[in-house]
Amino acid sequence: MADRVKISGGRLVDPASGSERVADLYIADGRIVGVDTAPAGFEAQAGIDASGMVVCPGLVDLAVRLGSSLESELGAALAGGVTSVACPPDMDPPLDEPGLVEMLARRAESLALSHVYPVGALTQGLAGSRLAEMNELAEAGCVAFSQADEALADNTVLLRALQYAATFDLPVWLRPQDASLARHGVAHDGEIATRLGLPGIPALAETIAVSTILLMVAETGARVHLCRLSAGESVDLVRDAKARGLTVTCDVSAHHVHLSEMDIGYFDAHCRLTPPLRSLRDRDALVRGLADGTIDAVCSDHCPMAEDGKEVPFGEATPGATGLELLLPLTLRWGGSADLASTLRPVTIAPARILGLPQPSLELGAPADLCIFDPAAWWRVGPETLRSRGRNTPFSGYEVQGRVRYTLVGGRIVFEQ
Amino acid sequence: MQRNPQLGPKGELSHLLTIDGLPKDILLQILDTARSFVSVTERDVKKVPLLRGKSVFNLFFEPSTRTRTTFEIAAKRLSADVINLNVATSSQTKGETLLDTVANLAAMNADMFVVRHASSGAPHLIARHMGPEIHVINAGDGRHAHPTQGLLDVYTIRHYKEDFTRLTVAVVGDVLHSRVARSEIHALTTLGVPEVRVIGPRTLIPRDIEKLGVRVFHDMDRGLDGVDVVMMLRLQNERMNGALLPSANEYFRSYGLTPERLAKAKPGALVMHPGPMNRGVEIDSAVADGPQSVILHQVTFGIAVRMAVMAILAGNG
Repeated sequence: MADRVKISGGRLVDPASGSERVADLYIADGRIVGVDTAPAGFEAQAGIDASGMVVCPGLVDLAVRLGSSLESELGAALAGGVTSVACPPDMDPPLDEPGLVEMLARRAESLALSHVYPVGALTQGLAGSRLAEMNELAEAGCVAFSQADEALADNTVLLRALQYAATFDLPVWLRPQDASLARHGVAHDGEIATRLGLPGIPALAETIAVSTILLMVAETGARVHLCRLSAGESVDLVRDAKARGLTVTCDVSAHHVHLSEMDIGYFDAHCRLTPPLRSLRDRDALVRGLADGTIDAVCSDHCPMAEDGKEVPFGEATPGATGLELLLPLTLRWGGSADLASTLRPVTIAPARILGLPQPSLELGAPADLCIFDPAAWWRVGPETLRSRGRNTPFSGYEVQGRVRYTLVGGRIVFEQ
Repeated sequence: MQRNPQLGPKGELSHLLTIDGLPKDILLQILDTARSFVSVTERDVKKVPLLRGKSVFNLFFEPSTRTRTTFEIAAKRLSADVINLNVATSSQTKGETLLDTVANLAAMNADMFVVRHASSGAPHLIARHMGPEIHVINAGDGRHAHPTQGLLDVYTIRHYKEDFTRLTVAVVGDVLHSRVARSEIHALTTLGVPEVRVIGPRTLIPRDIEKLGVRVFHDMDRGLDGVDVVMMLRLQNERMNGALLPSANEYFRSYGLTPERLAKAKPGALVMHPGPMNRGVEIDSAVADGPQSVILHQVTFGIAVRMAVMAILAGNG
């Protein structure tokens, strides 16, 4: 495999510096060794003609479920230009033992595809009663601790978990949801759930939990990241908290930036997501939160599954959607008039910071985890264009713009099409 | 936006899944056809041969003797072969998926499925997987829809009141959990009823129900003031004592339809109920059996309306 790569004529977009310019890039030993001019004695083993394409740091995705096949889903990550993924602990079995984390890390490493960052279970078996061995898990490679989508019903446990994590400065990622208010619900408690007769999940189920968590962060000083906000009022709460100087970050799933309850249409089970798609007003508030920086990152919330998870009545469907390969085109779509460097921030440098990784950049010496995409190419989302085992996406049949052509991890070309 | 899943390529009715989104002319076609069948049901020989040789499968994933029986009678009066399946007690408990069950039955040359299911949207799912030659009738899905009930209710109103555009209609009770309420509301608003009210405590009125074109009242006396029709809803036993309502007794005090409360409505206002009634919970016996009650007529008209739906679907290929 080529160690020394020359990428010619691409438009280098660096979210870290905000710069955009056309230049050649020289890669050797896994790093960027030259911009514009080759270092002395550089002899390329492989060349990429990137004219007309954008070269940017590889995408970083904060919520990727790898499902049963690590290889196919990491392949999907590369096809989506995603070079780093964080895996929530709700695997089978849950990531609550160092051995499981090490095994996952080893398997990922042996595939040598995208970097995999396991998120450990906050409580044993994600059951919400006994704390997991966070220090042991951190040593095994966990970058943060989370309950994934299992609500923590007991506030005493939550408080203790945050106190304990804060003791060792371990990050805690929480998807805010009140266990009792969300119970039995399958769709946003609003017009569509009323019309379709679907049990509702009120926005309160999220905002109450956000308030609780923010108060506990102020109390404990824990490093907390809020996962996948869905309600407009949650964004307001986080905005206020940040203004008060609270060190809290948050993300949103790409689906929630684009879709709303309206997309459920006639019971489209592909729109059964966790948290639920909410109202158009909520969606617009998420977009505003992204624009003003209240929302730090956007993730794919990748959740591949076999089609029979969706071939059941809406309320019985397994929540989730495949998303790795849609993260980039969806990101480009909401970017609108913003410059490309800013548009890419929530899927590159912001999630990298939340993961505690060095800042991705296109500077000399930076690791060569790169995404090279054709920003003008249109493609149709469907089973024939997705590499993920999961074809469960509400965007099936959509025409989207922005197609990844090459992905480099550690300076090696690991994907091209 | 997706195509309306219950209409065929020429806009004709191919399934009856919900009244939401059905054009007014299709509703009127069903009501007019039902009127012609009412006379059939009054004859000595109550059969017509419109569905001779056709197989109607009553597919009940949730037990309901009454609704199943009315569909069975309707199909038999159209000379169809009727097969009753209480799926709740057979294949589903063996782990077969809903779509596998239906595909198996479709392979037995079914022409029509009458489906009741506890999950909202189950009939939509089935209809989506059927070829154009098989018709699906929703006989009640979760909280979503019970379109033939909604249709027989507006048939009953039309029988007594004729002009929908001059009416004020109140739907009273547990709207949150009621598929009947949703179908009634869509039928009434589609047919041009200018004021549809829903009356109930805040715990039983779903969020954003106003978007369906109704006015919300929480006070029974004010809600009933001047209405032409009172449509009562059934309150399920399991919802009477808990976080939704403190007791059946207190519910009756606030929302039970008594003769005194009915006096707030227009003289001659109709009293309706989809059955089965909880006497003394949502309705006083004096009202249920009183002169303004048309509850038993609803049942009679229900047969004709279900015949009409089946006949129209069969006629649409």
